[in-house]
Amino acid sequence: MVEKETIKQIREKRADWEKQKYSKAVQENPERKPKFKNLSDIEIKNLYTPIDIADLRYLKDVGFPGEEPFLRGVHPSLYRGRLWTMRQFAGFGSAEETNKRYHYLLDHGETGLSVAFDYPTLYGYDTDHPLARGEFGKCGVAISSLRDMELLFHGIPLDKITTSMTINGPAAIVWAMYIANAENQGISKEKIGGTIQNDILKEYIAQKSYIFPPEPSMRLIVDTFEYGFKNVPKWNTISISGYHIREAGSTAIQELAFTLGDGIEYVKAAMKRGLSIDDFAPRLSFFFNAHNDFFEEIAKYRAARRIWAREMKKLGAKKPRSLWMRFHTQTAGCSLTAQQPEMNIVRVTMQALAAVLGGTQSLHTNSMDEALALPSEKAVRIALRTQQIIAEESGVTDTVDPLGGSYYIEWLSSKMEEETYRYFDKVERLGGVIPAIEKGFFQREIAESAYRYQKEIDENKRIIVGVNRYKLDEEPSIPILKMDEKGEERQINRLKKLRTERDATKVQKHLQRLRKAAEGDENLMPFILDCIHSYATLGETCDVLREVFGEYKEQAIY
Amino acid sequence: MVKKIRVLIAKPGLDGHDRGAKIVARALRDAGMEVVYTGLHQTAEQIVNTAIQEDVDVVGLSLLSGAHMTLFIDVALLLKEKQMDDVLIVGGGIIPQEDVPGLKKAGIAEVFGPGTPVEDIVSYIKKNVKR
Repeated sequence: MVEKETIKQIREKRADWEKQKYSKAVQENPERKPKFKNLSDIEIKNLYTPIDIADLRYLKDVGFPGEEPFLRGVHPSLYRGRLWTMRQFAGFGSAEETNKRYHYLLDHGETGLSVAFDYPTLYGYDTDHPLARGEFGKCGVAISSLRDMELLFHGIPLDKITTSMTINGPAAIVWAMYIANAENQGISKEKIGGTIQNDILKEYIAQKSYIFPPEPSMRLIVDTFEYGFKNVPKWNTISISGYHIREAGSTAIQELAFTLGDGIEYVKAAMKRGLSIDDFAPRLSFFFNAHNDFFEEIAKYRAARRIWAREMKKLGAKKPRSLWMRFHTQTAGCSLTAQQPEMNIVRVTMQALAAVLGGTQSLHTNSMDEALALPSEKAVRIALRTQQIIAEESGVTDTVDPLGGSYYIEWLSSKMEEETYRYFDKVERLGGVIPAIEKGFFQREIAESAYRYQKEIDENKRIIVGVNRYKLDEEPSIPILKMDEKGEERQINRLKKLRTERDATKVQKHLQRLRKAAEGDENLMPFILDCIHSYATLGETCDVLREVFGEYKEQAIY
Repeated sequence: MVKKIRVLIAKPGLDGHDRGAKIVARALRDAGMEVVYTGLHQTAEQIVNTAIQEDVDVVGLSLLSGAHMTLFIDVALLLKEKQMDDVLIVGGGIIPQEDVPGLKKAGIAEVFGPGTPVEDIVSYIKKNVKR
């Protein structure tokens, strides 16, 4: 971006500065560490100058927001036009309790909903299944049927608020519940908007809430892509997620590379089915983590946009919208400390700021008490207010991509991109994403990084305030969320009542039809919707698919 | 030769968070113990059966879903029922302080929360292993 002649002069001057000024300064005040490295183990230089981005061509490699290569953002005006969606991931206990929390959040200025489901729901079991023991409503809300979904969104205008649902194995079924609930309220499919996570590859890689083996799982996902662009055009039918890969212990570069690699895998799977890339690609969305290393995170989001646009073009996308890497961000749960939990407010603020400077489309800020339990009302309000302060007071929203052009940020964005392609090559050599999963490649890479990170903390090479430095002799205690103890009983009674009240013949008929369709190769969404409309439960619907598709088991490695 | 301490690291229930369990498993192995890792989605019966078959001295339970008051206690009760009283049971995960006394009463000897250096877990086990 700078003339060749000038680069030469800067290079000479920099060498001079290094020798005359820097080395002298370091003699007087030795550097604090032998090497400065970010969380991806990239060595950081003492200073960045135009030399570090000498190869970058502004128009081709950087460009303008809303234009290729989208490094600076997918929207021309970004937050000058519309702020990001403030979307707090929430869910606990029964549908009634969570519904109250949603109203509370909306009353305090939240602009979108995000549903956390409990473990039985994530695995497609009803609350009264033996394997659900102890898990009811613990880390999300229990949704076993359309009846629960109705209660969950009671009083919420589904044509005005968008909803993101973190659901993967049974994503198609839970999405069908959302659609059915809207339809029963007279809101057509075209009017509802939101996201299902529906990203099974990262479940095998990191989060581990899988049900079926890869092949039928990919089929179900492509079914939702196809059903979505034809019938529910405002819905993001997948949220390709790096968040959980990072939480499992990966570095930022691994998060970036594995997530985009998964994304490409989904695109190929849909194209193999015969779908046209420009039909479904505009509804693909992404989800990233915001961890502690401020600049590294910003560079990660920027690099992701440029890589995605390039790869989508290579795959034949023509519509500009197909090239957009739109993403949600959540601050890093794994960075929260149980020690001096109030300090988490500060961590979350910086992580959220990185997401905003990286151009996120929506954001969840963690609550300070989440290393201990699910968030209390007060903690979640502070987390939401953190976003509102960044949006309304800090001024960072006044211009698009304010860090674009920073020598350091541009260098780091390119560096992360380069490393991402290195991983793409490695995975290619292993035969692609699914074979690499089956060989345990990603799992091993992540476990390795997680272990290294923990070791650095244990050896005081990486400082975490309140954990290995600046500790208190006595930890302050903070109030913890108390759940309604009657919730589980209420939920189980509701299920029992539902099973006796509904038209059992109709339920069986639709479940049988779903089984037949699953054995063939039709799109399963209409069949699933029929089951859900007849009040078949999540567990019953999922069991049919389990019987046809089988279940995935992973090999335990550490 | 001194007998190596044998440890079972187990993930009860549906929780998929395995980062901590894997790190602890590896750290215990690096500290010279023999470690068996169950993998995910284990019932209390499966965990106790593995503990008996592998003849372990320690059972380490990891749970971040919040179901510890049910699932940790299930494992502890079943171990007792099978006369495995001399097995040291420890636990870790997202566990509020106020739940710790109840877990200890049920036979979980110690609970390690987020931020615990793995060295603390190693030395606790070495000091308190019963057989």
